[in-house]
Amino acid sequence: MIRNTAAQMADALAKGETTSVELTQAHLDRIAAVDGQVKAFLHVDSQGALAQAKDVDARRAKGEKLSPIAGIPLALKDVLAQKSVPTTAGSKILQGWLPPYDSTVVSKLKAAGVVIMGKTNMDEFAMGSSTENSGYGPTFNPWDLTRTPGGSSGGSAAAVSAFEAPLAIGSDTGGSIRQPAALTGIVGVRPTYGAVSRFGLIAYSSSLDQAGPFGRTVLDTALLHEVMAGHDVKDATSINAPVPAVVAAAKSGDVKGMKIGVIKQLQGEGYQKGVQTRFDESLQVLASLGAEIVEVDCPSFEYALAAYYLIAPSECSSNLARFDAMRYGLRTGDVDGASAEAVMSATRDAGFGREVKRRIILGTYALSSGYYDAYYGSAQKIRTLIIQDYAKAFTKADVLVSPTAPTTAYKIGEKVDDPMAMYLGDVATIPVNLAGICGMSLPAGLADEDNLPVGFQIMAPAMQDQRLYQVGAALEAALLTKWGAPILSKAPELKGAK
Amino acid sequence: MSSLSRDDVAKLAGLARIEMTEAELVELSSQFGLILDAVARVQEMDLSGVKATSHPQPLENIARPDVVLPSLSPEDALSGAPAQEESRFRVPQILGEAE
Repeated sequence: MIRNTAAQMADALAKGETTSVELTQAHLDRIAAVDGQVKAFLHVDSQGALAQAKDVDARRAKGEKLSPIAGIPLALKDVLAQKSVPTTAGSKILQGWLPPYDSTVVSKLKAAGVVIMGKTNMDEFAMGSSTENSGYGPTFNPWDLTRTPGGSSGGSAAAVSAFEAPLAIGSDTGGSIRQPAALTGIVGVRPTYGAVSRFGLIAYSSSLDQAGPFGRTVLDTALLHEVMAGHDVKDATSINAPVPAVVAAAKSGDVKGMKIGVIKQLQGEGYQKGVQTRFDESLQVLASLGAEIVEVDCPSFEYALAAYYLIAPSECSSNLARFDAMRYGLRTGDVDGASAEAVMSATRDAGFGREVKRRIILGTYALSSGYYDAYYGSAQKIRTLIIQDYAKAFTKADVLVSPTAPTTAYKIGEKVDDPMAMYLGDVATIPVNLAGICGMSLPAGLADEDNLPVGFQIMAPAMQDQRLYQVGAALEAALLTKWGAPILSKAPELKGAK
Repeated sequence: MSSLSRDDVAKLAGLARIEMTEAELVELSSQFGLILDAVARVQEMDLSGVKATSHPQPLENIARPDVVLPSLSPEDALSGAPAQEESRFRVPQILGEAE
């Protein structure tokens, strides 16, 4: 049952072949069996999940009209506030915090009858690409437990990949949904900036952050996308427009006559051979389906990584000032006579991990007087050039494509002491965030040299998210025919699994 | 190559209100050269006449209707407080006699 797609599960629920309680219990059992090895979850809310499931079953029995994914269990990245459920953003500074409110994403999930099973592991405050920066230890890639699942939404991606949940939610500031989706062999979408409310999403870099869906298929991902997106008055950057028709697009999946642009700067040198091979093959598949492949030039992308690692740390140094030990979260050093400033400094030392401190210090430097124009100011101008490059490229193509990440999953510990090597893994995903557009990663097969999943990235203009699903569904269907079975059937069985 | 001395890092850590151990200051200072070299690449392009983008959305002055909506009760607002007194956040001394 747990190996079915969310769409199949929803169908079985609608036909009365199973109940949400049964489905939820099956997933909780799977979590109990395998999460000791995968460590995707920071908190499993079994009781709360079963209560939600029971409620949906009762509503269904009464004949209420329910959302298409009502009763389906889901794993939630720990960066989203859920009322009275521990929410830490992977940081010790928030250990034990119980939010007194729901994020808008959680409110929407609850309204849609989606069953939230628990909170998933992540790099602290979403700063990282391997989930190793979590204050609570790393998550392990279900494909090979000695490797990282990517990050920062590594827990959510690993949970879906390991059949602990059919659906999950992540957040993507520089690739944190798409890159872990690629490294674990699943589908992940970063919606257009402003398409999903950021209310209750613990902020890392406000002009780049966006929550989005994970699933094992393009259609499952679309079903969740449709439920979580939409305008919200509680988020001033929320787009007041209808949600793009992503489910319809995922069901049609036709690329005949579409123009698909390959970004010259995001391939070739620096990309693992097996990654490039699977990418090139996927292009041929799309061409065989009637798409026209063109090459586009985005010269400023060469500077995207540098711009990102100035803009994001600058915004984070400001956003994380709220962790001041005064109103919630950790407080240490509050001895008689200690000043507020001393307590704040001691608490932030004890509560923040190495990468968070590194980025706060880098951001403080980039924003300090004398350096502001040279660093943060220049980065903001590069951002303009990247937006212009995309605008030009989208006059030549309906969607743009690239490998999602330059390599497959790497070993735990391999890059943790080399921040620059880690940052390079985000080179292909970051431009989407800087421009505020949308992107998807879906499995393109396994790299020949290591038998690990490779991600294929699709990018579309702002609020044209349906194009991602249209192209993604077409490629997914053609690859499935070619492979004969879904990619996850090739993943090794986890110990303890029934 | 760019660099940032141990004392530079200590000054920034002070501005950011993060107490750091000597080992942390030294480690960060040793890593910063490489990171600064990498991010300084933003200065390689000719950016004269290019406008800065602070935000991907062309939105300005977004306001919601001025209607009273439910908000947190004092109990809920204080539920995560490290310390409280008389329905208020109790915080360490901010002003007053110098020590």
